Amino acid sequence: MAGLADRLRGDGPDLDILGRRRLWYGLSLALLVLSLAGLLGRGLNLGVEFTGGSVFTFTSASATVERVREAAAGAIRGSGDGQVIVQRTGAHGWRVTTGLTSGDRQSDERVEHVRRAIAERLGLPPGEIGVQVIGASWGGRVTERAALGLAVLLAAVIGYLSFAFEWRMALAAVAALGHDLVVTAGVYAWTGFEVTPATLLGFLTILGYSLYDAVVVFDMIKEVTARLGSTGKMTYTQAANRALNATLVRSLNTTLVAILPVASILFIGTTLLGAGTLRDLSLALFVGMIVGTYSSLCVATPLLAALKEREPRYAALARRVAGRDRALAGAGRSAGPATTAHKRRKRQS
Amino acid sequence: MLVMAAPIVQQRAFVPRYGLDLAGGTTVTLSPVTPDGSRPSRESLDQAVEIIRDRVNGSGISDAETVRSGDTIVVTVPGRGRQEVLELVGTTAELRFRQVLAVAPARADAAGAPTPSGTPAASARPAALPHPSGGPVPGPSPTAPASAGPRASPGAQRDDPLAGLDLTGIEPALVEEFRRVDCSARARGQGVPDDPGARIVACSQDGSSRYILDRAAVRGTDVRNATPAVDPATGEWYVSAEFTDAGAAAFARVTGRITGLPEPRNRLAVVLDGVVVSAPAIREPVVGGSARIGGDFTRESATRLARQLRYGALPLRFERGTVEEISSTLGADQLRGGLIAGGLGLLAVVGYAMLYYRGLGLVAVSGLVVAALLTYLSVALLSAYAGFRLSLPHIVGLIVSIGVTADSFIVYFERIRDGLRAGRPLHVAVETGWRRARRTILVADAVTLIAAVTLYLLAVGGVAGFAFAMGLTTLIDLAVVFLFTKPLLTVLARVRFFAEGHRLSGLRRPRRTAAGARPAPRGT
Repeated sequence: MAGLADRLRGDGPDLDILGRRRLWYGLSLALLVLSLAGLLGRGLNLGVEFTGGSVFTFTSASATVERVREAAAGAIRGSGDGQVIVQRTGAHGWRVTTGLTSGDRQSDERVEHVRRAIAERLGLPPGEIGVQVIGASWGGRVTERAALGLAVLLAAVIGYLSFAFEWRMALAAVAALGHDLVVTAGVYAWTGFEVTPATLLGFLTILGYSLYDAVVVFDMIKEVTARLGSTGKMTYTQAANRALNATLVRSLNTTLVAILPVASILFIGTTLLGAGTLRDLSLALFVGMIVGTYSSLCVATPLLAALKEREPRYAALARRVAGRDRALAGAGRSAGPATTAHKRRKRQS
Repeated sequence: MLVMAAPIVQQRAFVPRYGLDLAGGTTVTLSPVTPDGSRPSRESLDQAVEIIRDRVNGSGISDAETVRSGDTIVVTVPGRGRQEVLELVGTTAELRFRQVLAVAPARADAAGAPTPSGTPAASARPAALPHPSGGPVPGPSPTAPASAGPRASPGAQRDDPLAGLDLTGIEPALVEEFRRVDCSARARGQGVPDDPGARIVACSQDGSSRYILDRAAVRGTDVRNATPAVDPATGEWYVSAEFTDAGAAAFARVTGRITGLPEPRNRLAVVLDGVVVSAPAIREPVVGGSARIGGDFTRESATRLARQLRYGALPLRFERGTVEEISSTLGADQLRGGLIAGGLGLLAVVGYAMLYYRGLGLVAVSGLVVAALLTYLSVALLSAYAGFRLSLPHIVGLIVSIGVTADSFIVYFERIRDGLRAGRPLHVAVETGWRRARRTILVADAVTLIAAVTLYLLAVGGVAGFAFAMGLTTLIDLAVVFLFTKPLLTVLARVRFFAEGHRLSGLRRPRRTAAGARPAPRGT
């Protein structure tokens, strides 16, 4: 670890990331196909917030699954919806999910009835049992708003990046972002983690994070490639690769620094609190951040390079560089493209 | 920072106020539903918030909070049970105009204090002066409100409050209900929507009188607009209501029908949520499409009535999205969990920064500490002055943005190292690195801000809190980097420990720089 840190700190890495773009494309394509298969085949495990229902939460050291289930199922029986899910959360935490939703006075009373039944059975004061009732249409509403938020956010960010950088960068960043979302959703589909509004929130945050990361990399690329045309020693792709290496330390550091707090929320959320906002959110962030870092390095940048190489002046530059390399190679293989020369020099020192 | 700290010390508001998910209590989220499924306008939502706030606060629940969040309305009541809150906000406020069929003072025994027998109910409430729209107040000049009182003789009231009332044509069951109705507090039926197609028994807002009212003649949706106004001649406050075309026709019909009827049947009650807000006598048919509702209004009560009329005009219904009741123990658990997670996260980041950046890590850590202090001060200030309540999504947002804040340092530090690698002296690298890092930080933070603002505006429920925390910390991050980290590094660059690249400073010159400074290596 210390060795790696020293190497990163000292020289800065020199990895040919863009040269292996086929590998990354293949990997990403495989991930996307796998994710889509999971999403279509298995589907997401939607929480009660999306399906409508009620959740009773309480802590009790003496309760057992059987007793809790009996109390809740007994109280619900006769009201049409008999489904009861009992979960343990944290050390003594309990979470009972039922299909009872809110709406009219009657259903309010039914929910109250279940709560009292559980309280009586376990000898708890009713006030110690938290109740959350979610209307049947609430999930649709949340999803709708999230989708709208996503659309507006994407439009705003594409607009801003086109203004601050250029449209190709905006396009590459947003493509990477779509990649992150699909893959993260795929992870949820395959693992069967519950999707709650907090998870959606996490997804939306990943957007911000993924874009932030791509912006920092692109900023460096812009700086390195600004002086390209004059020298004619490097293609756009090679220059982008150099920029990528220059920000690699930062990218990895940033990811680590961002994941550390998220991991601590995930840890606390899982061990101390069990199911809940903290765990759902941090899990989505945890998965999304890892995918996001990978994509800003290995998806966004190769895509950007591919887009830029289509521009006439960079295509011409690539031809010039290729011609120069051939000439040099013919002259005695003394020097290659900048990257290779760079590497060789490093090996010598 | 001292400027921010002073009011906090003064107010002793050291601990921010907590949201319900941390303190325990009930949250009800209401989603508006329009008849045609379109998005409700922001104004109508804001008005709905005002009305619901009036209703909840008016019920004596203290510390309740009603806010608009995106296009939902969130009502939070700390420490209260679900049932109680639901009763208050679960129903839609409905406004109706109904003809008064009978009126009597509230039952003395039920009202708590005996009603002075000589005070007829309606004298406390208003006489109304409907006027055609447009021109100045025409026709009947304001007369003494007392003239509107019912003609029940004080003597008769003592024995039977209903004696002397004209109850012809009213169903016996209704009369019986009228006889029994208790106008004190709860039983007033506040919050219970009245059936517009039926005659009802209702009480006045102050609980001093009871009414039998005819079917609704005009409904709240028939009101186009209502504004409080003051009569320039008398200086009295009144409410000017303007009707839609259908409403104007209906209003003209009912006022035409009841004008000239004997007291109290010539009075038209304004009923909101089943409560009689005012019941003015109609002296002439109102045909102009607008009416003037007068009475003993103050500026506040006129403004409130106008608002209630406008609310009645809102084509909005509310559906309950979620109802969440969090016990105080669960809230405390969540708060503890959030704080531990935040502390742990901060510690991990500090540890990593020290390990990786060594001396520079100290700069990063002190920057984080300053940012944390600023965040704490902002939260405490907002909580003391702007009604901000710290909730779980806020805490998560704050913890997550530790990463964003730390990243600004990392971007800058890496730029400085780039400069050192290129052979620049430290004090130069600090400046050139800053120029480049500044741009990156600005662009990246702008993207985060765009994301935060979008989420905040469009979000439902907890998302807004999270987005708010993200936006706040991004701004704080900018402030810290520009006003603290950069100046600090400029100063440190002159300190020998850093300038000479001490082994522990984190600014040691990489060996390759030296190699790069040598003539290029010869070929093989």
